[in-house]
Amino acid sequence: MSKPIALEVRNLVKYFPTGHKGFLGRPSQELKAVDGVSFVLSKGETLGIVGESGCGKSTLARLITRLLDPSSGQVILDSQDITHLRGRRLRDVRRQIQMIFQDPYSSLNPRHSVGQIISAPLEVQGIVSGDELMSRVREMMALVGLNPEHYNRYPHEFSGGQRQRIGIARSLILNPSVIIADEPVSALDVSIQAQILNLLEKLQQDLGLSFIFIAHDLSVVRHIADKVAVMYLGKIVEMGPSSAVYGRSLHPYTTALLSAVPVANPKKRGASGRIRLQGDVPSPVNPPSGCRFRTRCWKASELCASHEPPLIDMGEGHLVACHHPMEPSEGAGKPPVER
Amino acid sequence: MEASHPVLIVENLSVSFETPDGIVHAVNDVSFVLHRGKTLGIVGESGSGKSVTASSLMRLNNSVTATTSGSVQVSGKDLMAASDDELRQIRGSEIAMVFQDPMSALNPYYTVGAQIAEAYEVHHPNASKSEVQMKVIDMMTKVGIPNPEQRSKDYPHQFSGGMRQRIVIAIALVNDPKILIADEPTTALDVTVQAQILDLMLSLQAENGMAILLITHDLGVIAEVARDVLVMYAGRVVEKADVEDLFEIPTHPYSWGLLGAVSSLDDSHRGQLKTIEGAPPSLLNLPTGCAFHPRCTYSSENNGQCETLVPSLMQKGPEHSSSACHLQSARVVQIGREVGK
Ligand SMILES: Nc1ncnc2c1ncn2[C@@H]1O[C@H](COP(=O)(O)OP(=O)(O)O)[C@@H](O)[C@H]1O
Ligand SMILES: Nc1ncnc2c1ncn2[C@@H]1O[C@H](COP(=O)(O)OP(=O)(O)O)[C@@H](O)[C@H]1O
Ligand code: SF4
Ligand SMILES: [Mg+2]
Ligand SMILES: [Mg+2]
Repeated sequence: MSKPIALEVRNLVKYFPTGHKGFLGRPSQELKAVDGVSFVLSKGETLGIVGESGCGKSTLARLITRLLDPSSGQVILDSQDITHLRGRRLRDVRRQIQMIFQDPYSSLNPRHSVGQIISAPLEVQGIVSGDELMSRVREMMALVGLNPEHYNRYPHEFSGGQRQRIGIARSLILNPSVIIADEPVSALDVSIQAQILNLLEKLQQDLGLSFIFIAHDLSVVRHIADKVAVMYLGKIVEMGPSSAVYGRSLHPYTTALLSAVPVANPKKRGASGRIRLQGDVPSPVNPPSGCRFRTRCWKASELCASHEPPLIDMGEGHLVACHHPMEPSEGAGKPPVER
Repeated sequence: MEASHPVLIVENLSVSFETPDGIVHAVNDVSFVLHRGKTLGIVGESGSGKSVTASSLMRLNNSVTATTSGSVQVSGKDLMAASDDELRQIRGSEIAMVFQDPMSALNPYYTVGAQIAEAYEVHHPNASKSEVQMKVIDMMTKVGIPNPEQRSKDYPHQFSGGMRQRIVIAIALVNDPKILIADEPTTALDVTVQAQILDLMLSLQAENGMAILLITHDLGVIAEVARDVLVMYAGRVVEKADVEDLFEIPTHPYSWGLLGAVSSLDDSHRGQLKTIEGAPPSLLNLPTGCAFHPRCTYSSENNGQCETLVPSLMQKGPEHSSSACHLQSARVVQIGREVGK
């Protein structure tokens, strides 16, 4: 028995033209930012998306929210294909999918009062006005832990954590069903991060939201996500229930990523079994043939160079795209905190 | 007992800035000692005075708006009294610094080889061309840059973020300083690259015995590399401890808050994270008494002292740790043990 689906993404691709325009004005090269991503988000679930900078997380978010048009693939919201909607129908969709951004400083207009910022989506949609608008704004401010009496203040009068609350209130004012949060706590100090993470969790439970939570911080995603997808160079390389991915990672990249996270416990310092990746992520303009991770992978074989590994279910919804998945005997059976 | 070799002694360092809005008390009465071959970590949230502390150790704060008091001794020399010539000597050959953003430390118009060479020549004016060239290649090899001969002719933008930070480290270490100050050196990097850079710093330290002052907001990084730790809040050191003690029996309410707020890879921590309510205070207008009192869960337990009296650093728990808090030792140890487990 499976839960109802909130959002589905099928084979989503985004290539950005790059380099000098060549013969006939065609771009000479393409940057493969997102390259064939598929997943399902169930209702009320939190899907975490992790991966290092440049792997395509934000582009994926902007494709789903229709801020960008995909090169190919589909985005399906509540059984409706929204990939090519325009005009009023796109506006309707935008009510249902909202985004929270990383930088609470730059995503709020400094010349607008908090009340104006939070109510702006309502006005764009033209659904309510006057007194009702004001009462909705106050209600929303209280919900996210802001003092409703402060609706007339400006963003600079708030701390970083409070500004993120303003961003959250703005994203919730239209009663969306899906929230995509792109690095929502990365710019905040830990004590403030914890406040915002707790708020997001509470809101999700109270409002029954479906959540996509994007972050490069693996610990934060571990804390908040039910399911997690690991991206590398525009592709999902591993996906599954958080406990499975974090506890028994199957992809060498996931394993290396987890083992690089500093552990806040000096007694577990410098333990054996730590994997250090060499070198840097290759360019998404010319990704390696076959498996894109093979140039940094210690398990790579000839097969990895010639054949791209498909994303396969290894059981219980734990998917991996690798010709040589980690074996329990390689240390992958233990959570990396027990190194 | 290992012999201790203090290379940097900081006593009662205070730094304030004059601003149009008033005086910002960025660093207040900070004291610590850095030992040869050891790593001291400074952890705290943004605005707590970490970078200003670091800049004071190189006398890099703006001399017009900044007022600095206290003493800083580098290998026995009084930094505050040093002449400009002496300062130049100290910078690079005694103390060197690495910052968060490698791009701001590099000149985009010069090859990285030229920049390493220049840093070397400042302290070795009579070195021959071939000696300098050898030093450049040697440093690039040391910091793990492949094909150093060829890559020394490249410009900063031709390197990835991690490689640029390696080059900044090569420049910092080219004159074999006794002290490396690293201010959030890995904050802008991805975790896999962060791990490479931290490994590199530690292996260079093992080789040359330099002391490292590592500044970070990340308790995980502290746990991985520091030996001693200072926890800063609102410009003051609120706790000073061995790294193991800090995580096992932390002795300040702010440290308790920080440790409780960190998410972990371990799923036993799922559920509500502990938070510290409110936000850090404005340094223009610090709360009276203990600056942490408006956010502290325990400020009501001390007969009003928290609101009126600045607590000084005292041993409350483990032998080598001290904290600035009005709570009684027994209470501190009881709560500290609970938080630490
Ligand atoms: N508008 C754009 N034009 C060209 N390239 C882009 C654009 N947006 C993102 N990219 C590139 O796409 C890749 C993925 O970027 P992004 O989705 O921002 O990654 P992440 O959020 O995971 O850091 C990067 O190589 C980035 O430089
Ligand atoms: N040149 C300056 N003029 C005025 N205030 C400053 C200056 N430099 C730093 N500050 C202030 O001093 C405080 C401490 O800053 P800093 O040491 O950079 O904090 P941290 O590195 O811990 O984030 C901050 O409030 C900052 O705004
Ligand atoms: S002195 Fe008082 S307010 Fe400050 S940390 Fe200790 S208990 Fe809390
Ligand atoms: Mg991004
Ligand atoms: Mg700083």
